Amino acid sequence: MSAAHTKAQEDLRARYPQHFKAVYRGRGIAFLLVLLAGLVFAFGVHRLDMSYERIVGGLGELGSMALRMIPPDPGSWHRAGMYAYAMLETLAIALLGTLMAAIAAFPLGFLAARNTTINGLVKFFARRSFDTLRGVDILIWALIWINVVGLGPFAGVLALFMSDLGIFGKLFSEAIEAADDKPVEGVLSTGGSSLAAVRFGILPQLLPVLLSQVLYAFESNTRSASIIGIVGAGGIGLILSEQIRTLQLQEMSFVILLILGTVSLIDLGCARLRFSIIGPRAL
Amino acid sequence: MNSPSSRSQAYAQAVAAKRRHIWLGLLVLGVSVLFAGQIAEISASKFLDNIGSFTSYFYRIAHLENGQWVISDPAEWFWGWKKWLALMGETLLMAYVGTLLGASAALVLCFLASKNMTHNTWVVFATRRVLEISRTVPEIVFALIFVVAFSLGPLPGILALAIHTTGALGKLFAEVVENVDMKPVDGVLATGGTWLHKVRFAVLPQVASNFASYALLRFEINVRGAAVLGFVGAGGIGQTLLEVIRKFYYADVSALLVLIIGTVMLIDAVTERIRHRLLGEERAG
Repeated sequence: MSAAHTKAQEDLRARYPQHFKAVYRGRGIAFLLVLLAGLVFAFGVHRLDMSYERIVGGLGELGSMALRMIPPDPGSWHRAGMYAYAMLETLAIALLGTLMAAIAAFPLGFLAARNTTINGLVKFFARRSFDTLRGVDILIWALIWINVVGLGPFAGVLALFMSDLGIFGKLFSEAIEAADDKPVEGVLSTGGSSLAAVRFGILPQLLPVLLSQVLYAFESNTRSASIIGIVGAGGIGLILSEQIRTLQLQEMSFVILLILGTVSLIDLGCARLRFSIIGPRAL
Repeated sequence: MNSPSSRSQAYAQAVAAKRRHIWLGLLVLGVSVLFAGQIAEISASKFLDNIGSFTSYFYRIAHLENGQWVISDPAEWFWGWKKWLALMGETLLMAYVGTLLGASAALVLCFLASKNMTHNTWVVFATRRVLEISRTVPEIVFALIFVVAFSLGPLPGILALAIHTTGALGKLFAEVVENVDMKPVDGVLATGGTWLHKVRFAVLPQVASNFASYALLRFEINVRGAAVLGFVGAGGIGQTLLEVIRKFYYADVSALLVLIIGTVMLIDAVTERIRHRLLGEERAG
C-alpha cells in the first residue's frame, strides 16, 4: 500500500465517521463471536481429551488399518453369498419398514392436516406424536423393539416403521395442506359427499407427491437398515460391526463397498421410478 | 376420428393402459413384500404375542420402582441428573467440536469442488468424490472404525461426526458457491487480485450467511447423531442409554429419553431462530 493510498483512506475516515462506525461495530461483533466460538472449541478439545499424542497415534493406527483394508476381499465364495444374503435382508427390512409406515401414516396424515382434520385437539395430538416419534433416533427404537420381539430383522422393521411414521406423518399432512381445494369445491358442488371430495378432489393431487416422498424415504432407509444391525436388529450391520471389532479389515472393506454399491443402485432405481411417476416436474 | 364415440374409445384405452400399469406395479410390489417378509422373519403371531409387551414396556418406563407414576416424584425419577446432565453436556460439546471441524474442512474443500472457482476438472472431480464418500458412509460406521484406531472415548465420535459433516456440508457449500454472482469475482480479478482475494472479497460476502445457516442445521443433526454414538463406545450419553435399556432400568430409560428429546427440541428451537435471522438479513441486504 502506498502512502498516498493510506492518506486518502484516512481522509475518508475523517470525513465520513458515521459510515466507518458501522463497519467497526460489525468487525467488533464478528471478532467477539469468533473469540467465543474459539473458546468453546478450546474448552471442548481440553474436556474431551483430544490430546495431540492420541490424535497422532490414532492417525498412524488408522493409516496401517487403511493399508490392511486393501484389496477388498470377501474371503471365500461361501462368505460372499452370506454377505449378499445379509444385504438382501437389509433391503427387505427397508422395504417393509417403509411400506408399513406409509400405509399407517396415510390416514393419520389427514388427521394432522389443517384442512382435513376432525378438530384442533386431534390435530395437536397427532402432530406432537409425530414429533416424538421423529425425535427418538432409529437405533434407540431398534433397542426398544429388541426388548419386545427379540433380536433379529423383525425388530429392525418395527424400528424403521416407528421413525418413518413420524417423518411420513409430517410430510403427508404438509402435502395435504398444500393441496388445491378448488377440485374439492367442484366435487361438493355436484353433490358429492365429503369422502368423495377427498377421493376425487384431493387424492389425485396427492398420490404422486406421496409416492415420491415414499421413494425418497426408501433410499434413506436402505442406509439406516444397514446400520441397525450394529445393535442387533438384523441386516448387514451386525456382520460389519463384528468384522471391525475382530479386525477382518479386507472383508470389512468388501462389505462397505457392497453397501455403498447397493445404496447407489437403489438411488438410481428410485430416481427413475420417481421420474416416471411425477414426470419431469422436479420434486 | 373426432366423432364422440371414437374419442370416448381413445379415453377408455388410455385409462385402461394406465390401470394396467398400476396393477402391474402393485403385483410387483406385492410379490416383493411377500419375499421380503420371508427374509425379514416377519411373523404375525410373534408380533401379536408380543405387542402386549410393547405397550407394557411404555407402561413400565412411565413408572418408578415403587409403582408410582414417574411424574409423581421427579427427584426420584431424575435421581442421576448431575451425571446425566454432564453426559448431555459432553454430547453437545462433541456435536459442537465435530460440526466446527467438519464445517472448517468443508469451507476449504467447497471452493475446490465448485466449477466456477476451480478450473482444473481433475481437482473438482477428485474433491467431489472425497466428499461423496465422506457423506455416504454412515457416521456410526466411521465411529466403529475410529474406536478401534483411537480407542474408546469421545475422540473417535468427534472425528466420525467431523468427517460426515465435511461430506454433507462440502456438497451444500459447493452448490451455494456455484450459484454466486460472478461479477464481483471478475471485478477482483480485474484489479489484479489473487485466487484467495477472489474467495475472500468476492465470494465469501455473498455466501457467508448461507454457510452459517447450513452449519447450524448440521449442528442440530449432529446433536442427534452424537447422542447415539455412545452405542459403539464413542462417547456421549449413548453409552449410558444403551446400558439402562439393556439392563431394564425402566424409569431411567424414560428419564434419559426425556432429557435427550428435550435437549434436541431446545437446540432446534434456538438454531431455527438464529437461522431465520441470518436468512432474513440476507434478504434485507
